[in-house]
Amino acid sequence: MNLLQQIEQEQIEKALGGKTIPAFSPGDTVRVNVKVVEGTRERVQAYEGVVIARKNAGVNSSFTVRKISYGEGVERVFPLYSPRIDSLELIRKGDVRRAKLYYLRDRRGKSARISERTTGHGITPRVSKKAVAAAE
Amino acid sequence: MRSGLIAQKLGMTRVFTDDGQHIPVTVLKVDSCQVVAVRTEETDGYTAVQLGAGAIKVKNVTKPERGHFAKARVEPKRKLVEFRVDADALIEVGAEISAAHFVAGQFVDVTGTSIGKGFAGAMKRWNFGGLRATHGVSVSHRSHGSTGNRQDPGKVFKNKKMAGHLGDERVTVLNLQVVSVDEARGLILLKGAVPGAEGGWLRIRDAVKKKAPEGLPFPAAIKAAPTAVDAPAESQE
Repeated sequence: MNLLQQIEQEQIEKALGGKTIPAFSPGDTVRVNVKVVEGTRERVQAYEGVVIARKNAGVNSSFTVRKISYGEGVERVFPLYSPRIDSLELIRKGDVRRAKLYYLRDRRGKSARISERTTGHGITPRVSKKAVAAAE
Repeated sequence: MRSGLIAQKLGMTRVFTDDGQHIPVTVLKVDSCQVVAVRTEETDGYTAVQLGAGAIKVKNVTKPERGHFAKARVEPKRKLVEFRVDADALIEVGAEISAAHFVAGQFVDVTGTSIGKGFAGAMKRWNFGGLRATHGVSVSHRSHGSTGNRQDPGKVFKNKKMAGHLGDERVTVLNLQVVSVDEARGLILLKGAVPGAEGGWLRIRDAVKKKAPEGLPFPAAIKAAPTAVDAPAESQE
């Protein structure tokens, strides 16, 4: 790990400050609790939608959440390690075969649905061969 | 005026502030930056400090240079840079300057060598508009167009902006804010970009067009003495 990566790692740890981010991937439905400032008061606002993209780039990581708000498609890009994100909840796992779900932008209603995924990665914790060997 | 510092560009990243803003920063490394020589009014007619930074194998240093470093009793340095200073801001030869020389919040000027772009056309080099895409223009869509008048003056004026070599020249960026300083690891985080590629050498000085804050280390932030005394002894042998 070079010095620059070390600095980024420290930034990530500082940004997380004890909070954990659940493992989520494109297609999942998430609720992002965002801190918003209204006048002088600060409160938490929830933003719920489908994750259509994730960018993994150390401290620069981000994800895009799309939802239909009053019939209008809305997309928001959140920096994954932003201090403005209070917490992140995973609502539902989606069954998709793409990393970027930009095709959802051209779809409405029934065809824009994503079926729920009940098996596979992220649902049952993956057990490494090493762990199995250690258990035996 | 106090001395500056030699640093190496490590790269860029981002830093989050507590109120949720993020600052794009360039990370600079100050690596064993020592005073190699001083210029004084009596001997040289001006006052300055010569700093050296970075490690280099002794076999790659010429004999006269080795003598120069030996005289100062410091390890051979990869980069040598001179900073003009006031007579009262001269620093003892052999002293190692730390990254704490600059404090968070202050403004600095950074000088480096920009990334070379080779032979570049007028559009890239001087932001010319080029010629039209259609309306009979053939082959020369990115050309510079006219370079002057007719028989009078009968020549192209000097300094006419034309295609040529771009980049790989000395560039100074003024008024970059210091975001934070890590003295233990010798890191300085500056807001914004600095010239040159990663790994390139830079000279940092206090901003000339901003008022310096109170409490800057004067004449310099000198690192603990042992490193400055022990290390040169080896190079003498």
